[in-house]
Amino acid sequence: MSVELLKEKWSNTINSLTIGATKEQGGSRTSIITAGGESTLPYLFSEGEMPHRPVIAMEIFDVEPTDWPPVLKEPFKDVLNNPVEWAKKCVNKYQAQSLCLKLQGAHPDFGNLSADQAAATVKSVLGAVGVPLIILGCGNDEKDAAILPKCCEVAKGENCLFGDATEKNYKTLTAACLADGHNIIAESPIDINIAKQVNILISDMGFDLNKIAINPTIGALGYGMEYAYSIMERARLAALSGDKMLAMPFICFVGQEAWRAKEAKGPQAEHPQWGPEAERGPVWEATTAVSMLVAGADILVMRHPQAVAIVRGTIEKLMEK
Amino acid sequence: MLVIGERINGMFKDVGKAIVDQDKQVIQDLAKKQLVAGADVLDVNVGPAAADAVGAMQWLVETIQEAVDLPLALDSTKFEVIEAGLKLVKKKAIINSTSAKKEKLEKLIPLAKQYGAGLIGLTMGETGIPRDRHQRSEFAAVIVSACMEAGIDLGGLYLDPIILPVNVAQPQALEVLEAIREFQLLSDPPPKTVVGLSNVSQGAEQRSLINRTFLVMAQAMGLSAAIADPLDKELMDALITAELLLNKHIYCASYLDAYKKK
Repeated sequence: MSVELLKEKWSNTINSLTIGATKEQGGSRTSIITAGGESTLPYLFSEGEMPHRPVIAMEIFDVEPTDWPPVLKEPFKDVLNNPVEWAKKCVNKYQAQSLCLKLQGAHPDFGNLSADQAAATVKSVLGAVGVPLIILGCGNDEKDAAILPKCCEVAKGENCLFGDATEKNYKTLTAACLADGHNIIAESPIDINIAKQVNILISDMGFDLNKIAINPTIGALGYGMEYAYSIMERARLAALSGDKMLAMPFICFVGQEAWRAKEAKGPQAEHPQWGPEAERGPVWEATTAVSMLVAGADILVMRHPQAVAIVRGTIEKLMEK
Repeated sequence: MLVIGERINGMFKDVGKAIVDQDKQVIQDLAKKQLVAGADVLDVNVGPAAADAVGAMQWLVETIQEAVDLPLALDSTKFEVIEAGLKLVKKKAIINSTSAKKEKLEKLIPLAKQYGAGLIGLTMGETGIPRDRHQRSEFAAVIVSACMEAGIDLGGLYLDPIILPVNVAQPQALEVLEAIREFQLLSDPPPKTVVGLSNVSQGAEQRSLINRTFLVMAQAMGLSAAIADPLDKELMDALITAELLLNKHIYCASYLDAYKKK
């Protein structure tokens, strides 16, 4: 006797979010990406569709990162102080589909660059590569409120994804993205209730729900990854069951979290039993990324080219039906 | 929770007068207001005053559908009034209502089948209003089995345990609550349940408070729909909060707003 598997039927789908705009669409990108659109839990193709495969955006900084370990700096050592060259290398050498530009240099502790300087960087990176851009502030609320509107303005028409808006600090960025037609990242601290709240606050300002990505905040392998996983799973279940305030694609900052772990960056000299860090680091990042994919991640922001390559291959395999 | 807005009923003076005067504005305002307040379906009842009940139903359905895009619950004791409405509805309607009486079931179940409509089944039978939970369950079983035999979708069936005014039949409130729980044992998946909420406070002074308190208690028993006044904000807020506490939504600080944006 054959056993009939019980299949879920969901009433709602995840929003599709498009980053980038081609010339015809009023921008200057040579390619665009679309994330989300799922009508099923991740990779359960018998229950619904995943019309868009997850996207990997490679992360670059406007100034040389101070806390990256040697293994992570190595592939980019010739371009770390030049965001334009760094961007080109990611696209030309590592085939990045998208880039995530972090404007770290605006932070008072890391250079305190002005809004004009940040905007100039955005402009030159947009000029140097044709892939769609994700643009992040420096993480200092006051400074981000000063630089991001200017960056939104110079990128007008390019349909970028800007971040991050938080529960306490969302108005300036929302207004700027609204004015210049960009997408926005809504961030919450591994908290589904706040994730929903930030989306409501942003949408109360008249922002299109289809232009919001949820940054659920994640932990790396060994550092609370499973908390992020369960939050994402719960949000996705609610979204597919009809909760429109949680039906946004997820963006996960995998590189940032994975490379914080001492297991990823600790040198073999200090931890002989852990093996060479040149292998361990990228694998730590890739493992974190793949776990997030299975939890429902739509956009992964990653750092090491080797990890990117591993995860790209895994996505291909996961998407096979 | 399916909220069936009760305001378009000829028993209300403003609606009764609007039907007589053919005043579309009054009806369409009520339809829009109920939609905004969170109604999922609008009940339509021509009331006792209309001389031409069929004509009044047709006028109401058309008038409402010009203003809002909601499904309607066609509320009448007369078969031909319900059928007149069914012929005009643009969305899957709900027939309000049949009872467990044979003559009713024989007419209304085929009507529901023919038009693909939902059906509210009042758990009263030949012997009249049920006296306790057991009699309610008996009548409910009669309705469920008649629907099963006719092959209509049980997902569209709403069993109504019949609420009586608390100032007239006080012990019945608890009987209704228990009946809501018992009805759910009748089939798998369980049949849906509905109450005509405002009846519980008929003739009482604290109507809104009694309504919302009873609604929350019924929700805890698993109630799936209520014919109620969505314009009663405190009632709607209590309903949403009860759903939250029953883990039907994900909490957030603005959960009342989130429900309205659903």
